Amino acid sequence: MSVEEFQPRIIGFLCNWCSYAGADMAGTSRMTYPSNVRIIRLPCSGRVNPMIIFKAFQQGADGVMVSGCHPGDCHYVDGNYYARRRLAMLEPFLEYLGIEKGRFQLEWVSASEGKKWSQVVARFTDTVKSLGPRGKI
Amino acid sequence: MPRVGVFLCHCGTNIAGVVDIPTVAEAVKQFPGVVYVDDNKFSCSEPGQAAIRQSIIDNGLDRVVISACSPRMHEITFRKAVSAAGLNPYLMEIANIREHCSWVHSDNKEAATEKAIELVKMAVAKVSLHQELFRKRISMEKKALVIGGGIAGIQAALDIANAGHQVILVEREPTIGGRMAQLDKTFPTLDCSACILSPKMVDVSQHPNIRLLTYSEVEKVQGFVGNFEVEIRQRARYVNHTTCTGCGICWQKCPEKVPGEFEEGTGQRTSVYIPFPQAVPSKPVIDTVSCRYFKYLDFIDKKMEGKKPPPCRICEKLCPPQAIDWEQKDEIIRETVGAIVVATGFKTFDHSVYGEYGGGRIPDVITSLQLERLMNASGPTLGEVVRPSDGTHPKTVVFLSCVGSRDEAKGRPYCSKICCMYMAKQALMLKEHDPGVQSYIFYIDIRAGGKDFEEFTRRAQEEFGVLYLRGRVSKIYQDDKKLMVCGEDSLIGRPVEIAADMVVLATGVEPSEGAAKVAQTLNISYDTYGFMVEAHPKLRPVETNTDGILVAGACVGPRDIPDSVAHGGAAAAKVIGLLSQDTLTTEPLTAAIDASRCTGCLLCSQICPFQAIDMVPANGKSIAVVNEGLCKGCGLCVAACRSTAPSLKGYTDAQILSEVLALCP
Amino acid sequence: MAVSYAYYPGCTLKTSAREFDESTLKVCKAAGIELTELADWNCCGASSAHSVSPLLGLSLPARDLQTAEALGKPVAVACAMCFHRLKHASHALGDAAKLKQVNQVLGKEFRNTVKVEHLLTILGSNGSSYQVTKKLEGLKAASYYGCVLVRPKEVMELDDEDNPQLMDRIVASLGAETVEWDFKTECCGASLPLSKPEVVVNLSHKILRQARQRGAECVVVACPMCHSNLDIRQKAMKAAYPGFQEMPVYYFTQLMGLAMGFSAAEMHIDKHLTDGLSLLKSKGFI
Repeated sequence: MSVEEFQPRIIGFLCNWCSYAGADMAGTSRMTYPSNVRIIRLPCSGRVNPMIIFKAFQQGADGVMVSGCHPGDCHYVDGNYYARRRLAMLEPFLEYLGIEKGRFQLEWVSASEGKKWSQVVARFTDTVKSLGPRGKI
Repeated sequence: MPRVGVFLCHCGTNIAGVVDIPTVAEAVKQFPGVVYVDDNKFSCSEPGQAAIRQSIIDNGLDRVVISACSPRMHEITFRKAVSAAGLNPYLMEIANIREHCSWVHSDNKEAATEKAIELVKMAVAKVSLHQELFRKRISMEKKALVIGGGIAGIQAALDIANAGHQVILVEREPTIGGRMAQLDKTFPTLDCSACILSPKMVDVSQHPNIRLLTYSEVEKVQGFVGNFEVEIRQRARYVNHTTCTGCGICWQKCPEKVPGEFEEGTGQRTSVYIPFPQAVPSKPVIDTVSCRYFKYLDFIDKKMEGKKPPPCRICEKLCPPQAIDWEQKDEIIRETVGAIVVATGFKTFDHSVYGEYGGGRIPDVITSLQLERLMNASGPTLGEVVRPSDGTHPKTVVFLSCVGSRDEAKGRPYCSKICCMYMAKQALMLKEHDPGVQSYIFYIDIRAGGKDFEEFTRRAQEEFGVLYLRGRVSKIYQDDKKLMVCGEDSLIGRPVEIAADMVVLATGVEPSEGAAKVAQTLNISYDTYGFMVEAHPKLRPVETNTDGILVAGACVGPRDIPDSVAHGGAAAAKVIGLLSQDTLTTEPLTAAIDASRCTGCLLCSQICPFQAIDMVPANGKSIAVVNEGLCKGCGLCVAACRSTAPSLKGYTDAQILSEVLALCP
Repeated sequence: MAVSYAYYPGCTLKTSAREFDESTLKVCKAAGIELTELADWNCCGASSAHSVSPLLGLSLPARDLQTAEALGKPVAVACAMCFHRLKHASHALGDAAKLKQVNQVLGKEFRNTVKVEHLLTILGSNGSSYQVTKKLEGLKAASYYGCVLVRPKEVMELDDEDNPQLMDRIVASLGAETVEWDFKTECCGASLPLSKPEVVVNLSHKILRQARQRGAECVVVACPMCHSNLDIRQKAMKAAYPGFQEMPVYYFTQLMGLAMGFSAAEMHIDKHLTDGLSLLKSKGFI
């Protein structure tokens, strides 16, 4: 890895019950993936308030990811459905603010999908890398 | 300014082999509020925990960050350690630098170290905003409600009652017993079903700790574990069960006959009836739909035209203790219980969607449960197996497996689990009833997993000469008195045609009528078919995601009698565990609503999956208040509120933002 | 108000099943249903085109459908096999890529907006009003739909696959009695009479035998291929199955015509190989 290569700053908001556990699973299975993502643990993807995502971008995050339980599997019955709707509404807003498509991603990773988590991170890191640095708004 | 202590765990070489701990320690010292940094080989070990405790006391720490493995691993361990040093256990935060860092970035130690520093930085920022939180104690009502009086519900009720707790057993039908009561014999032991079930039913009715409410349904449930407020509708029976002696004169003399539900339509019952002779309670109810007097009343009431039905009332005239009460009304019974067991059981698939099997139009194509009634000594034919069309004894009987199971096209892709075994049982018993009977079974696979199950299906084939044909049936048609069954024997690869006298459809298992409504009343989840969803399919098979509500038996999925009994017992064990406590402690990581910001829009209470938000009047308006007993701390209300009135303890906006800001200053 | 359709007769109705064609035209006219024969129609492709070339199998019916679409009229079909191919084409061409391909073959723009209806639906719907002047009382008939008319259900959109009722309702409206039986949609042997005649004789015999067993005196059909198998093969059945009793096979439109006052000759009942006149005479209908 060259020193000059751009290393994006990515924040991941993960629900405690599926995706955070899935990321743990990637660890226990010793899968390796790019180190750019910093995980913030939340009880549910439905806890994610769009304001927090705006703030992350405003503060200079290059990419933001939200990951929850698969639809239908929410620990809190239907929190991820609210997340899905709310964040689907958010995407066009982000573009309106000049944040390119691809810098925000919503994912479903279950507690057993360590492999999927590592793939999701690798792919998202690549995408954000290709979009280049953003800087503060 | 908080005094934060940071403890860096090496986890042997698990962390320290990748993350450069001294570099992290140096960096952490610079973070605002950090007054103490230490590292340890194994923080979770007793010496590691002792070091944490001592450091908290020696350095006057009031916030702790432990940089170690996943909080899903040791959060509780470290909360206890912090608590032992006299600190509130919720003033601690874990930075996950093992699962999320050293283990997944072993290919780049430099980057891993850098990431570890940032993860600790986030935790330091967040912990600084932590508040002291306290678990609350709530009282426990030492009484349980069991919904459904089949074998699973009966077992659960008896186990709880035997442990010394009060139980209310609610059953929708006029008797308990459920599906098992309809069966003749049980596989693979061929025990007489009634002989092993009836004593349990009697135990229920005589148990001092059980209050049995039959002909009743749960209408409303509010509250939370320890204190569920339950409303039960006791439907009017029009027979006073206090004075009724169960002598039976009314149902012997009632002139109105209708197809009996318990007999699956193979026999009849009267309008005033008990479903079967061993019913518990053995006192009748009057079915208002078929009763002549009720028809008469309806005729008068609606001023209908035509022939007036007779105002019969024969039961009333003949009843020795005068227990018939036409004025009886539905009664609402209110109870408070600490825990609830849902055991609403199953029904069999309605095969009329299978047009190729006659769509329910061919009289001698019957269901397995109908055959069970025909074989039963106390059934409508007193145990004589006869064809519904002409009353003759069938000599060639064909069984069709998987009717409404393993069939995507009919919306039932799952295996009903019990059919392979009961077909083998019924085929074997037909031969016992009449040695001249030849049975054929069309099957997809013989699923005989279970103690003595495989041996049993072998016995049916080898000793009783039941012929198994691997394949599906494409058509059944009537040819004179015979039923022609056209199918395929896929093992010889040829179409086969059998001239049968009777065809038995092994109809699959589906949730009882109204199971989804019960789930909605209790606010527990159910799947696309209407089966209840357990909290974890393997590790929490009788719990639901709502504390204090348990599930048992075939309402969760197809299962046989031994499994249902085990399941009922397991649910009872959980209930007994709960009821043995005098109080419960609640997790304090709940939502709280700032009354001054609440506009009373109700959005949060509509979104809340646990109905944990109540509306209370305050200053001339209604505002939302969180019921901490019900709140699970998901935070949906926080994200939904337009005026940011709710916040989630432990995950406030400020705390989440502090983590973001720690990363992107 | 007269209902107007583009009528697609198909090859068989112009050759071996002329009685179906003519009875259809007469009955519809009398019932106020306007059928205008589709100009320059071509074969629907049954029953070989689609097994040789899927594209040809779609293009042939699509050409006919396109002509009707240009007229702005729904298509009326009497033959079960033609109905099957036309319905199949309009279902399959819901796929835009296929439609594009077919349009390249046609050299015209077909938008696949035209509705295809079978006469059973047209005559059996509430909108149609035919006057029954001579009730066929005392006639016991078995309505036989055949396999292609109703299957697959989601494509044909006509009636139940195992126990359809459309034809039964029409026959009952004529005053005749229909029997409940299990062979309404069984296969008659279809196009096998040339290559494997014994299969056709066997299958068709089963159908007629059950109809007889359930008390039917005749079979009523809506498919020229079923008609030919059931009607023509009765001599062979007699040879193969001793005790077999002959049974007349009518098109439902023929019985409709009779009940509406047309003569047996106008309905060409004398055109069948198995005697269809004696039964009707014995009942006093002709």
